[in-house]
Amino acid sequence: MTTTAERPTVQLQPPKRRRPALRVSHRRSLTAWLFLTPTLLILIAFTVYPMVQALYLSFTDYNLIRAAEWVGLDNYTELLSDGAFWNAFGNTVLYALVVTPVTVVLALAFALMLNQAFLGRAFARTAIFLPFIVSLGIIAIAWAFLLDPNIGLISHWLSLVGIVPEQGWLSDPRYAMVAVMIVGVWKNVGFYMVIYLAGLQSIPVDMYEAARLDGAGVWQRFRNVTLPLLSNQTLLVSVLALIATLQAFDQIYVMTRGGPFFRTETLVMLVYREGFQELRFGYASAISFVLVVFVFILSMVQFGYLRRKRVTY
Amino acid sequence: MAATTLTRSASTERVNPGRANPRRMTTRRATTWLLAITSIAIGLLMLLPIIWMVFTAFKPESDIVSAPPTLWPRELTLEHFVEVWDRIPFARLYVNTIVFAGSVTIISLLFDSMAAYALARLPFKGRAVVMVLILLLLMLPFQVTLIPLYDMLNGLGLTNTLPGLIIPRMTNAFGIFFLTQFFLSLPKDLEEAARVDGASEWRIYWGIIMPLSRPALLTLGLFHFQYNWNDLLWPLVMSSSVETSTLPAGLALFMGQHVVEYGLLMAGSLLAMLPVILFFLLIQRSFVAGIATTGLK
Repeated sequence: MTTTAERPTVQLQPPKRRRPALRVSHRRSLTAWLFLTPTLLILIAFTVYPMVQALYLSFTDYNLIRAAEWVGLDNYTELLSDGAFWNAFGNTVLYALVVTPVTVVLALAFALMLNQAFLGRAFARTAIFLPFIVSLGIIAIAWAFLLDPNIGLISHWLSLVGIVPEQGWLSDPRYAMVAVMIVGVWKNVGFYMVIYLAGLQSIPVDMYEAARLDGAGVWQRFRNVTLPLLSNQTLLVSVLALIATLQAFDQIYVMTRGGPFFRTETLVMLVYREGFQELRFGYASAISFVLVVFVFILSMVQFGYLRRKRVTY
Repeated sequence: MAATTLTRSASTERVNPGRANPRRMTTRRATTWLLAITSIAIGLLMLLPIIWMVFTAFKPESDIVSAPPTLWPRELTLEHFVEVWDRIPFARLYVNTIVFAGSVTIISLLFDSMAAYALARLPFKGRAVVMVLILLLLMLPFQVTLIPLYDMLNGLGLTNTLPGLIIPRMTNAFGIFFLTQFFLSLPKDLEEAARVDGASEWRIYWGIIMPLSRPALLTLGLFHFQYNWNDLLWPLVMSSSVETSTLPAGLALFMGQHVVEYGLLMAGSLLAMLPVILFFLLIQRSFVAGIATTGLK
């Protein structure tokens, strides 16, 4: 684990080798392209071309039945005055801005707790990580069931302490978003915890010893040793969490289908509805490009982090 | 960075310069117990949906719909596990999912590693361009390709088919990036010797690099398998009926089409999640280590 962690993460140039024989390097160049051929063909045909096509479609009124006709910026101007778009945009931002910090703070708390040695640690680590590897689309069915107003266990437990939403958790406009947010946190917190645990294990023990000798208490050691030395992990985890939350779809599709009254409809849900239910391919493409802009900017931040990490560690 | 923080903490505050030893021991032991109890409680709470799913799958329908609900089954039955194969085309979904996730994993490991070998080991003109292209693809959300991809595959008559699901996933920018990094970290001596002996690049790739990369290939293979086995949106878009989709999409479609029968759905969910959970428990250590160090997918 440590060997990979210390390896520089981004290397754009291979070590230069001096080989005078021109024919050899020529042949090797040809071999390289042969090795790359299947990958490049697939990537260009099924990723690059569709992306360019999506950009083109966003300037048309294509709807699967009628041939695409150029409409210029019409889709984008329609977006700006479309209540459904602003609703989905607002929901996505709300979801991201609540789920990201909650997940990151919980992940750090779990990591700090499970970095200590005690009985049951292995069980807790596995239990917290397990949601990350199961299918969110499938386990969301169990979540919907847990929250069922009549026969759901969580609904029942909460009613025992007097919390009873009028129409059930998933059909109450006030609580549906809270429910899908909780599932979002539950799903990914274990993954970020693992990244934090790796970070914690890379902090040398003598730093804590030194801090203790200087009389630093638990809080001071956390505040002045642990937290600054985990700043790399925090940045990485936050960006990863933001990118993931902006693409929220699975549990929302299964638990609420974007309802009640579109209260949980996110951008990806809206792309799905406009694209594959209303068949407005052009308009849906325009919406998806709003997502592209956000995810791309965040990914640039992440990439910048990966390059910086090489210097710090 | 570390040194500056340490001096700062030392100069600013000085608390509890020495505490009674026995008291500290008791406090520590109490803290350990508290930690153990808290973390086991948190663990159980995190597992609640999975535990609920398992127990419900074995409850008879009368038990499931009776209020108030209980976690523990009042009575055990296997009826849902028998029924699920007839009510949902479950065998079909299972085969679809195995074929989809399995072939994507194998083909993608081959193509990803070939590309990574070229990028890590074969100096050629245009390498920087290919590398930038792959990094760029890593940064864009795949959802943006959904509509044109669907449109293209629909035109080719490949929607509602397994090849339509598989072909666009036969290679993966993350996989190439991951393996390129790994190959760059491998020592060069063996392959240089082989090259001097006149071995072809294919032999070096297949006979030297690939066997050396077994741990990385295993981790990436699990990434691919788990990601595709679990994926909802892609099979949902590509298939219009339960028969032609995979387990997550099939169960979601089934849930949407019928009066919700939770016993059946929970039995189906349990069977659908079992392979991934078992795989994970088997090679938990290397999988978690791989995830922790890459932290990308």
